[in-house]
Amino acid sequence: MEAEIKEIRDHISAYPPFRDLSDALLNDIATSVEIAYYQAGAPIVEFGDPIHYLFYIRSGAVEVYLRNGELYNRLDEGDIFGHVGLLLNRRVRSPVTAIEDTLIYLIPAAVFDRLCDQDENFADFVGLWGSRLKSTVEQSARGNDMMFTPVRRLITRLPVMIEASASVQEAARLMTEQEVSSLLVLAPPDHSDSDRVFSDLDGQQWRLSDMITDLDLRERVLAQGLPAQTPLTQITDEGLHTIQSDESIYEAMLIMLRNNIQSLPVLHRRRPVGLVSLSDIVRYETDSSLHLMSNILKQTSARGLERLKPNIQAAFLRLVDEGATSQMIGNAMSSIGRSLMRRLVELAEAELGPPPVPYCFMVHGSLARNDQSITTDQDNALVLHDSFDPAQHDVYFKALAQRVSDGLDACGYPYCKGGIMATNPQWRQPLAQWKQYFTEWIAEPDPERLLHSSIFFDLDAVYGEERFVEALQDLITTQAPKNPKFLAALARNALNRTPPLGVFRNFVMEKDGKHNNSINIKRRGVAPMNDVIRVHALSVGSQAQNPFERLDDIDEANILSIGQTDRLRYALEFMALVRLRHQADDIKHNHTADNSIEPEYISDHDRHNLKEAFQVLNHAQKYLRFRYPERGRG
Amino acid sequence: MGLKNTSPSSTQSWADYYTTQAKHCQDPTLQRFYATGLVSPDTPIGEVPLMALDFETTGMNAAKHDIVSIGMVPFTLQRIRPAQGHYWVVKPRRSLREESIVHHRITHSEIEHAPDLETVLDEVLDRLAGHLVVVHYRNIERNFLDGAIFARRGEHCLFPVIDTMVIEARFERGQRFQTLKRLFGIAPPSIRLAASRERYGLPPYSTHHAKVDALATAELLQAQIARHYSPQTPVSELWA
Repeated sequence: MEAEIKEIRDHISAYPPFRDLSDALLNDIATSVEIAYYQAGAPIVEFGDPIHYLFYIRSGAVEVYLRNGELYNRLDEGDIFGHVGLLLNRRVRSPVTAIEDTLIYLIPAAVFDRLCDQDENFADFVGLWGSRLKSTVEQSARGNDMMFTPVRRLITRLPVMIEASASVQEAARLMTEQEVSSLLVLAPPDHSDSDRVFSDLDGQQWRLSDMITDLDLRERVLAQGLPAQTPLTQITDEGLHTIQSDESIYEAMLIMLRNNIQSLPVLHRRRPVGLVSLSDIVRYETDSSLHLMSNILKQTSARGLERLKPNIQAAFLRLVDEGATSQMIGNAMSSIGRSLMRRLVELAEAELGPPPVPYCFMVHGSLARNDQSITTDQDNALVLHDSFDPAQHDVYFKALAQRVSDGLDACGYPYCKGGIMATNPQWRQPLAQWKQYFTEWIAEPDPERLLHSSIFFDLDAVYGEERFVEALQDLITTQAPKNPKFLAALARNALNRTPPLGVFRNFVMEKDGKHNNSINIKRRGVAPMNDVIRVHALSVGSQAQNPFERLDDIDEANILSIGQTDRLRYALEFMALVRLRHQADDIKHNHTADNSIEPEYISDHDRHNLKEAFQVLNHAQKYLRFRYPERGRG
Repeated sequence: MGLKNTSPSSTQSWADYYTTQAKHCQDPTLQRFYATGLVSPDTPIGEVPLMALDFETTGMNAAKHDIVSIGMVPFTLQRIRPAQGHYWVVKPRRSLREESIVHHRITHSEIEHAPDLETVLDEVLDRLAGHLVVVHYRNIERNFLDGAIFARRGEHCLFPVIDTMVIEARFERGQRFQTLKRLFGIAPPSIRLAASRERYGLPPYSTHHAKVDALATAELLQAQIARHYSPQTPVSELWA
């Protein structure tokens, strides 16, 4: 394959729905692509034009409009457009304009038709779903399906290879250096049309003769008493099994089980591109968050739950790697967090006996909003039945709270630095007292005091009498819209943390010594955005806790200018994703996941989007200041 | 040989040079090449069939070094067609230095089996004919091709080219304050292919390869015309 065709192919095959296409179809695309450049601001297609291509964004970004000129969608690298027109009447349905300098790959209609005919997943993507987001949702719903997922998805590194003339000791040394447990053995080519002969990147021809593993070194060398200088040719047997990179994970598993082998070389055509092992497959299967949740509920001790910590991380990494949206990741991580908490409460109850009065375990912050990430403090409280008598019952609830809180800490949800935990007697109170708290916060708002309690305005039930928490949610949604002073105080607090943008739209870095040249994406982006959204949501009496659901309610109430809720949604999603990807990256590099992103390590494209997202937040805060002016105070 | 075979003098236009060459060249391929003709200087760039051309060579000096590979990609301002492009590896007359092997990812064995440029020359010229050639840094493609043809066929072969590097220099280095900036020791911006592409938001390519570079040059010209010119710009403003 020629180098520039390979460039095209490599790019396209990284994105859905192309990612799962057969090699033959990918080659069809790569060898038929035409290319065009559009400057920022230039129209790419206009309504009613005939359309002969599927458009694929190689770099840059575009906006898709409805016929009435309203913005419909914003697409970037790896996204496609034009498929709706291709499927309907070969006319452009939605005009598209480049908003950045954009390079487009044009895939001819004939190739597009062939893709729809020959690949069901592709047809589904362009026909039924039509957006990367939705396809991702569908993909992860059946991402578990080993029958459909190609084995190349499990490859994490290129295979390590050695010439057959090397000695067993050299092989062992290479394996140690490279930290691998198997090597592919290469011999000079016998005759060039053999299935095993391939050329490497430098054009040199090789024959893939065998694979040797740790086990071979033990069984065929050490146990036989062979010397360290024994050439590899003496211990290899040429009975090698392989699999093509576009075959399914399921097929790879069958080959390994049938032949009683632990790992399998993966080939693209004849060239080895990686190795896949049985343990890779087992890990792939067990990382799924559904599996993890059922596993959590099966645990019989707090220690058992603690041992699932690495699985929680793995599930998180997989969600991020699969390209899930922040909302999906937040949802999945919150479900995991809730299951864990529920199980901890159940285990504590089993030990302490039935509760003396009915109660509800309540959560605040990210868990209540269903947008939990991987590193997150615990924020919880207990709402007790009004018959609660401290002298008589508090021993029980104090112990309950302690167990749950300790368990969470052990599982990777550290204690809340602000003390918002049920272990704190102030936050372990009967429903009437909680109503009192909220009524005071709303009726006599004091920004200072609200600063510490705004976290309580994201609240949800996790275990027990859910109606207790619902009663509190009802109280808030009826009282808040009627108290402009409260909203104004909340709005004031929502302006405390500003986005890190300088006068010239450059980034302003943190100067706290520890994280120089970085931006705290939570403190300067995601959290203030949540604050802004919370003010609007409470002002329209929204019952929702999740910021995206709150935006739906805000949109319905029509209190912001047209398109503004979409901009907020887009900005929040992007900032949240940058944060999640950064944390996944930290984990992969064995760092503690934090919120400090370093703009110099972000791609130009992401940096551009990030500035835009901060700009949206900046405008949203300005609007908030205008809507709830200072004099509204006092 | 004399005037008719060298570059057109300032008083002679490219059109005149083509007519003379078509008449006087002995080599049938060169005759064919020049007889195909050239678009007139006032043709808008948006209407001209273009051909991005890139050579990998054993060095920078056409008198001492040789062509190792040739990549070409046909395009217009609207579309680039990589699949209709071509790529040849040819055997240099002088040996290949180690560093250029690493640089081009072309190996001894590949070159060992490659033909002499003579074998592919007719095809190269026939494919270029009828296209306006686009290169990044014309001193390589123009001097090496002319030198190689003169060595093999005893005749010169020149044609106008659009040089994306010259265009880049015009806008990145010809501006006001540039002299002032230089005075203050501010380095002028790079006008190499990759650095130029970055200014237009074009993606980096991972490989160094004649056909990938030809494709990269075609994309760059599309971007330059979009930003600095228009499809109506006459080719005479762009070629040299």
